[in-house]
Amino acid sequence: MINQNTEKEIKILAIESSCDETAAAVVVNGRDVRSNVISSQIDLHTLYGGVVPEIASRKHIEKINQVIEEALSKAEMTLDDIDAIAVTYGPGLVGALLVGVAEAKAISFARNIPLIGVHHIEGHISANYIENKDLEPPFLCLVVSGGHTHLVRVADYGKYEILGRTRDDAAGEAFDKVARAIGLGYPGGPKIEKISHEGNPDAIAFPRAKVGDGVYDFSFSGLKSAVLNYLNGCKMKDIEINQADVAASFQKSVTDVLVEHAMHAIDEYQMDKFAIAGGVASNATLRKAMEEACAKKGVKFYHPSPILCTDNAAMIGAAGYYDYLAGKRAGLDLNAVPNLKLGE
Amino acid sequence: MKILAIESSGLVASVAVSQNNILLGEYTTNQKKTHSQTLLPMLDELAKRLELDLKTIDAIAVSMGPGSFTGLRIGSATAKGLGLALDKPIIPVPTVDALAFNLWGTDKLVCPLMDARRQQAYTGLYTFENGKLHTVVPQCAVDISEVVAEVNKQGREVIFLGDGVPVFTDYIKEHVQVPYTFAPATCHIQRATSVAALAEVLYEKGVVESAREHKPEYLRLSQAERELQEKERDFKIC
Repeated sequence: MINQNTEKEIKILAIESSCDETAAAVVVNGRDVRSNVISSQIDLHTLYGGVVPEIASRKHIEKINQVIEEALSKAEMTLDDIDAIAVTYGPGLVGALLVGVAEAKAISFARNIPLIGVHHIEGHISANYIENKDLEPPFLCLVVSGGHTHLVRVADYGKYEILGRTRDDAAGEAFDKVARAIGLGYPGGPKIEKISHEGNPDAIAFPRAKVGDGVYDFSFSGLKSAVLNYLNGCKMKDIEINQADVAASFQKSVTDVLVEHAMHAIDEYQMDKFAIAGGVASNATLRKAMEEACAKKGVKFYHPSPILCTDNAAMIGAAGYYDYLAGKRAGLDLNAVPNLKLGE
Repeated sequence: MKILAIESSGLVASVAVSQNNILLGEYTTNQKKTHSQTLLPMLDELAKRLELDLKTIDAIAVSMGPGSFTGLRIGSATAKGLGLALDKPIIPVPTVDALAFNLWGTDKLVCPLMDARRQQAYTGLYTFENGKLHTVVPQCAVDISEVVAEVNKQGREVIFLGDGVPVFTDYIKEHVQVPYTFAPATCHIQRATSVAALAEVLYEKGVVESAREHKPEYLRLSQAERELQEKERDFKIC
C-alpha cells in the first residue's frame, strides 16, 4: 500500500517582511521553489542612509497583498492548494515583522490553513537546501548579513547550536558604515565589492579583530574604527585617499576573519560540509575565499545564489517545511519577536 | 449585507459582525496588551460563538486611522489578509468619524479626542442632522489648543469622548468656554460596532476598495520624513 504521507506534496506559502523586503513564495517539499517574489524598498531608504523602520512598515502594508497574489499566481496555485503558511516572526524590525505576521494569521484563520512561525536566520540557513538537493544536516553554516553574523552548527533540521556571533556590529553593518565613510553610500556591501576589484587588498594592513574569550565570536567595530582612523590620518597628513584600496583592504580583513573562524570550527567539530548564507554571502570575494579554504580541507562548500542570499520568502518556505514535518504549529496569538533567539 | 468590522487604532481591540444594520456580536477589550496577540483570537472566539461562516461576509470594515501606527497596521494587515483569503472588499472607515458615531443622534456638538502625543490630538468636530453624521471639521492631527479654539468658535454645547479625554481634561477645564460634558463608559472608546454601522452608510455612498489597495491613513509622516522635510525647508530659507 502506498503511504500517502510520503507521497503527498507539501505546498507552503511563505511570507517574509522582517526588514526592507516584502516577499512571498510558494515552495513545495522544502526545496522546490515554484515562485519567489521580492519587492525591495532599498531606493526609498537610500535617501536616509539606512533602513527607516516606520517607512519600511508603511511600505510593507502597501505591497503585501500584491506580493502574495503574485507568488500564488506565478506558482499557478490558489490558497486551496496550500498546505501551510510559513511566516517570519523574528528577529527583525518589530513594526515590519507585524505586517507579515498579522497578514499570515488572517489568511490562516480565514482558510483554516496551518500556520508556522519561522526564525529569520533559520530561513537564511535553509536557503542552502533549495539549490543543493544533496545538502542535509549535520553541517556548519556562517550567516552573514546586515543584521547578523552567526557561526551555526546545524545538528539536524530545526536543531541549531550557535558557536559564535558578533559582539558588536554585524559584518554587513560594517560594510555599510565603511562605505559611508569613504563616500560610496548605501547599501555598502555591493558598492564596496564593486570598487574593490580596482583596489589592492594588501595596500593597507587593517587589523583582524580577535575576541578574547569567545573563540568563535566576531567583532567588527574595531575594524571599522581602524578604517575611520586611517581616513582621518590621511586627511591630516593631506594624503589622497584611494577609495578602491581602502575598500579592498577592508573587505580582505573581514573575509580573513570569517574564513579563519569557519575553518577553525570545521576542524574542531570535524565537519565535512560548510555553507554560507545571508546578504553578505553574495559577496564574490568572500565566497571564493571560503571555497578555496574548504577545498584545501576536502570539505564540501555550499552557497545560495545571490537572489536567495538576500532576504526572500523562498528560504522561509524551505525552513517552514522542516518545521511542518516536525509538527511545529503556531497559534492565532503568534506575535512578532524582534530579538528572537535561534533555537527558541 | 453582512459586515465584519475591525478596530485596533488605539488601546482598544474590537471586532464585530453586523448584518443589515443589526449587530450580531461584538468583542471589545480595553487593556494594555498587544493587538498582535489579542485581535485574531478575539475574532476566532466571536466567529465560533456566532457560528459564523466567513464566506457569508460581504465586506470587511476596518478603522483606517488615524491612531497608533502599529495598531493601525495590525488591523489593516488583518483586514487585508481576510480580504485576500475570502476575496472580499474592504470598507475603510475614518477612525475619528467612527468614534463620533458612538454618539449617534445627539443634538450636541461631538468632539472625539485621541491622544496623538506631543500635545496633539487626533480629532474632528461632528453633528447629527436628520439621523445622519455631519462633519463640521474632518479628522485631523492638531494641537489641543486649536481644537478647543474651534469648539469655542462653534459656540454650542459639546460632548468630548475618546482616550484623549483624560490626557486633555485639565486643558479643557481651563479653556473651553461653552457648556461641555464627557461621554460615559458605554460610548467613550472605539468600538467595532460603530465601525460596522458607519461602514454600511459609507458602502451605500460607494466607499469601498480592494484588499490589495487598502492601506491605513496615518495623517502624519514618519519622523524621518518629517525631519528630512524640515531640513530641506531650512536649507531653502538659507
